[in-house]
Amino acid sequence: MSQLSVPHLLGIKDLKEEDIQLVFDTADQFKEVLGRPIKKVPSLRDITIANIFFENSTRTKLSFELAEKRLSADVVNFSASQSSVKKGETLVDTVNNILAMKVDMVVMRHHQAGACVFLAKHINARIVNAGDGAHEHPTQALLDAYSIRERLGDLANKKVVIVGDILHSRVALSNIFALKKLGAEVVVCGPKSLIPRYIQTLGVEVELNLDQALRNADVVNMLRVQNERMDYSYFPSTREYVMQYGLTMERLNRLDRIPLIMHPGPINRGVELSSELADSKHAIILDQVENGVAIRMAVLYLLAASLKA
Amino acid sequence: MSETLLLDSKAIHLLLHRLANQLLEHHLDFSTTVLIGLQPRGVFFANRLCQLLRDEYQVKNLSLGVLDITFFRDDFRRSQQPLKANQTKIDFLVENKRVVFIDDVLFTGRSIQSALSAIQSFGRPQAVELMVLIDRRFSRHLPIQPTYRGRQVDAINNERVKVCWKENEGEDAVYIVNSES
Repeated sequence: MSQLSVPHLLGIKDLKEEDIQLVFDTADQFKEVLGRPIKKVPSLRDITIANIFFENSTRTKLSFELAEKRLSADVVNFSASQSSVKKGETLVDTVNNILAMKVDMVVMRHHQAGACVFLAKHINARIVNAGDGAHEHPTQALLDAYSIRERLGDLANKKVVIVGDILHSRVALSNIFALKKLGAEVVVCGPKSLIPRYIQTLGVEVELNLDQALRNADVVNMLRVQNERMDYSYFPSTREYVMQYGLTMERLNRLDRIPLIMHPGPINRGVELSSELADSKHAIILDQVENGVAIRMAVLYLLAASLKA
Repeated sequence: MSETLLLDSKAIHLLLHRLANQLLEHHLDFSTTVLIGLQPRGVFFANRLCQLLRDEYQVKNLSLGVLDITFFRDDFRRSQQPLKANQTKIDFLVENKRVVFIDDVLFTGRSIQSALSAIQSFGRPQAVELMVLIDRRFSRHLPIQPTYRGRQVDAINNERVKVCWKENEGEDAVYIVNSES
C-alpha cells in the first residue's frame, strides 16, 4: 500500500490500520530528513497550504507550519482573532475566500466538532483536521502512537492508560481510535464526571482508580483538565483532583514497572503531572513534539499526492 | 511478454571486477571517496561492489551510504510512481568528498537529477560521479551520462531492462523484457 485510502484527514475513525502504518513508515523517512544538515525536501514546492486556526494553538500550529516549510510548500496563516469571522462571516465564506487565492490544502482547528467534515463537503481542497471541538485531533493521536512504537515497538497488546478529562478531550478520542486499530489495550481513567457515558462501546476499559489503572501499564498518557470547555464544576477542587489523579514519582514508585509517560501539552505542572516526572527520563513528552513534525510531514505529503498537478 | 537474457552470472562477475578496477584506478585509497547506492535497486549493486573491493582488492575504510530520492522526484503527483519512501542511511558528511552514485540502470536520467538534489542535504561534494551496470542509450531526457558503465544497451520503448541479484531474486542476471511480444 502506497497511498492513503482517504482524501482528507478528518479523524482517525476514517483510517484503516494500513493507512496508519503508511503514515508511520513515511514519517520514519521524514524523521531521517529532519536529522540532515539541510532539513528540507522539495516535494510540495507547488502546493499552497492555509493554516486556519479558529482556536488558540501553540505547538500544533508551529508544528504544522514547520512541517509545511520542510516540505517546501507555500504557507499562509490565518487566525480567527484577526479575521472577518469577528465581523460575522460564515465558515464556508471565510474558507472560500481563502481558496479563491488558489490554496490547495487547508489545515484547520475549530471549536465546533465536525467543522472539518462540513468543510470537506463544501470546498475543493484537501482538509487536515488540527482539532475540532471535543471530537478528534488525528495528528496528535498519530504522533502519540508513533512515539510509543518508537520506544516499545509494535503496539499490539500494549496497555495504554489515558488519564484525566476524557469527556472534553479530542486527544483522548483520537488516541482511542488509533490505539485500538493498532491492537493496543486501552484503559481510560479519571473522575466519573469526566468519563463519557457509553465509552466502553469503543472497546476501552474504564477504571476510576488511578493506582489500579496503572498496574502493568506500558504507557500512561496524562491529559490536561480543560477548564475552558467546562460549563460547570466537574470535581470538588483541584487539590482533590491532584490527590486522586495527579501522577507523581511516589505513585509510580509503588508500581512493579514504570510506564512511559506521555502528555499532549500544554502541561499543568503540579496538577495532572508533577514537575519531577515531567522532566524525568520516563517522560517522552519532547519526543512527542519532535515526532509531531515528521508525522505532519508524512500526512501532508501523502494527502498532497492525490492532488492533480 | 518475453525475456531475453542479456548478461548471465559469469558476465556480471566479470563486469563487477572491471568496474571495481576502474574505481580503484580513479580513487586509489578511497580516503576522500564515498560510495552511495541509490534506493531501491542500486543498493544491491553497491553492496556487491563494496564486498568485492574489500575482499578481493583489500580496500579498507570504504564509506558506503544509501540514498532514497522519493521526496526529491520531479514526478510527484504526475505519475503512478509509489509514494512510499525507502531508507536513507548516510552516516557521514559528503562535504568536499568525491561522491560516486551507484545505480543498476540509467534510463531517462531523472532519478540521477533527483539524487544530485538530494545529496546536497548532506553537504557540498567536491565532485560527483555515476556508476551504472546498464546504460540504456538514446533514452535520456536530461544531459546526464555515466562515469563508469557495465554495459551499454539499445532498448526500444516497450522494452524494459530487468537486473536480478542473488540477494533479492535468487540469481545474478540481466534480462531485456519485451512487454508487447
